[in-house]
Amino acid sequence: MVRNETDERQAGVKRTVWRSAAALAGMFAFAFALVPLYDVFCKVTGINGKVDTTAQALVHENVDESRTVTVQFITRSGAGLPWRMEAETRQVRLHPGQTSEVYFTFVNQSDAVSWGRAVPSVSPSTATRHVRKASCFCFEEQQLQAGERLELPLVFQLDRDLPPEVGTVTLVYTLYPIEGKHEPLQADVQTIQGEEA
Amino acid sequence: MAPKVPPQAILEQSSTAAEAGHGHAHETPPKGMLRWLLTTNHKEIGTLYLIFSLTMFFIGGIFALVVRLELFQPGLQFVRPEFFNQMTTMHGLIMVFGAIMPAFTGLANWMIPLQIGAPDMALPRLNNFSFWLLPVAFGLLLSTLLMPGGGPNFGWTFYAPLSTTYGPPSTTFFILSLHIAGISSILGAINIIATILNMRAPGMRLMDMPLFVWTWLITSFLLIAVMPVLAGVVTMMLMDINFGTNFFNAAGGGDPVLFQHLFWFFGHPEVYIMILPAFGIVSAIIPTFARKRLFGYASMVYATAAIAILSFLVWGHHMFAVGMPLVGQLFFMYATMLIAVPTGVKVFNWVATMFRGSISFEPPMLFALAFVVQFTIGGFSGLMLAIAPADFQYHDTYFVVAHFHYVLVPGALFAILAGAYYWLPKWTGHYPHLRLSQWHFWLSVIGVNLTFFPMHFSGLAGMPRRIPDYALQFADFNLASSVGSFIFGFSQLLFVAVIVLCARGGQKAPAQAWGDHTDDLEWSVPSPAPLHTFETPPTFHRPAH
Repeated sequence: MVRNETDERQAGVKRTVWRSAAALAGMFAFAFALVPLYDVFCKVTGINGKVDTTAQALVHENVDESRTVTVQFITRSGAGLPWRMEAETRQVRLHPGQTSEVYFTFVNQSDAVSWGRAVPSVSPSTATRHVRKASCFCFEEQQLQAGERLELPLVFQLDRDLPPEVGTVTLVYTLYPIEGKHEPLQADVQTIQGEEA
Repeated sequence: MAPKVPPQAILEQSSTAAEAGHGHAHETPPKGMLRWLLTTNHKEIGTLYLIFSLTMFFIGGIFALVVRLELFQPGLQFVRPEFFNQMTTMHGLIMVFGAIMPAFTGLANWMIPLQIGAPDMALPRLNNFSFWLLPVAFGLLLSTLLMPGGGPNFGWTFYAPLSTTYGPPSTTFFILSLHIAGISSILGAINIIATILNMRAPGMRLMDMPLFVWTWLITSFLLIAVMPVLAGVVTMMLMDINFGTNFFNAAGGGDPVLFQHLFWFFGHPEVYIMILPAFGIVSAIIPTFARKRLFGYASMVYATAAIAILSFLVWGHHMFAVGMPLVGQLFFMYATMLIAVPTGVKVFNWVATMFRGSISFEPPMLFALAFVVQFTIGGFSGLMLAIAPADFQYHDTYFVVAHFHYVLVPGALFAILAGAYYWLPKWTGHYPHLRLSQWHFWLSVIGVNLTFFPMHFSGLAGMPRRIPDYALQFADFNLASSVGSFIFGFSQLLFVAVIVLCARGGQKAPAQAWGDHTDDLEWSVPSPAPLHTFETPPTFHRPAH
């Protein structure tokens, strides 16, 4: 009688432990699954300002001349890359559907060759999916020789479905060093697409 | 199916159960240190957990006092900013993972088997292992302070890229120590679930369990759900730092905001892990000293479960300032405010329990009452922080510091102290020294409020957290906070004195140390509780509701 009860109890403990261990493994896997899920979620909804880093075809539709939208450009260097990056103009005003071209200047201020990449972000996030870039320096990495100066274009348009409450769109470009291709920081990072071009 | 032969130990146990009172089945434990290293007894392991947590509480407390010393007046006086950052970080990490969590696990080890009438935890050896992982984890964590570049300096939330790209070289050791501490918590949680679900006295249904057992059952589920996520996050950090991945590195296509989402998906349930067992302790103490049955037992259980479930849906309120879309802000704001409902149910029930009760103010009750009042203050400032548009003003200011210290210090910590005073007679067989306990209580209450209440004002006025220096207009508030913190910190030495005196002697306590107003099973065994209890399962009598 007592033996059966202890037996049952042991079996119960075993069952509980196995179930908990399964839940544990599941949650650990879930944490990693969240990484791609998060990316997909951000892409689909356009929140977080994440934009496609591939060229999109410009749509030649009628320009919506009833609206004028201000597009601002903010460039940020730093993160250990001795480059200066500037937009030829801080802001442009354009109509949805209109194609615009803006040049950005990159200067390597150090006396060594280095690799960098400008990572884009769009604000407000509701405008993210309505910025169409036909050509952008942010699609690929740049290499600058010591003291080299480079001008690169951004060709883009805002599509006509841009939500009506958006009057200003801000494009932010942050310069990051491509590490492993110059002096490494603590994190010895190589990008996914970061193999030598 | 052929019946399985029970292992030898079980046979021995059941044979002792048959001839109760015959203690021969237990080998004499090894002497000295080895006894503590090898013990599988839930009471001894519980004691180890509690002593470890008290030690960590003092180490983390010293770090906090370094911080308050530096902030005593504007300007840099005592420590360099780099070291200041290490102190704030280590204070947070040690207090969260080394003091509060192990203290609750220690109380669980001691009290859950006693409260459900079990002879021990379900997995005694695993229990030993999960305790001894802790000194390893925190020895490793503390040793980072001596490493080149210093210890972790990025805040206890270790946001990437501050902790990955810009972290000190010792970050890898910090990650390892967090992994070990996490494994310890997970194993502890599995053990507690296995004990509660399988080892209850015959006839005790889930809805008959004391609330401390209930809250710990729910806490264990939270631990199992979120500690693996923490393990995942720190693993990603480890890979970003050492193996060239880009989980959180924007330059390589990763996203630092992802870190915050993952961290707070763990972090918010984590703060409930640190408060739910406190609810359980207070729900045991208040009825005992109000001499009334707990008001609304079932609603307490459901409220605890509701808080636990909601805790998975509100992590975004820690990140209102990251540039979340409006819909996200609204969702997290309303979901957060929803938590106030089950929490309000609990506070209401505690007050209703006391209503027309015959209350006496022994030390455990003093701490429990202080818990209810002060935890509610912390809850209210939490509601203020939940208001997304207002949070932009409060974000990363001392208002946040005031909020979470109110729920963790006069909240969780006071509940632990209340529990210690409540169960000390059961542990040692003696009542805690009354005068000293009262001094400890009043100095703690005054100290804690003097420390943290002014932080509300300095925070609302805009003082940012985690800085070693500040603008002149915050000087008076900081002076008050620093004076309070030293009163609070040093008055904890009284607690050590109380424990030592209580262990050595004092007024003898009977089995029902606090009277016969509670039918919790722990009061049916003698005081001090013998090393082995309930080898014959007790008969559980369902109290007439």
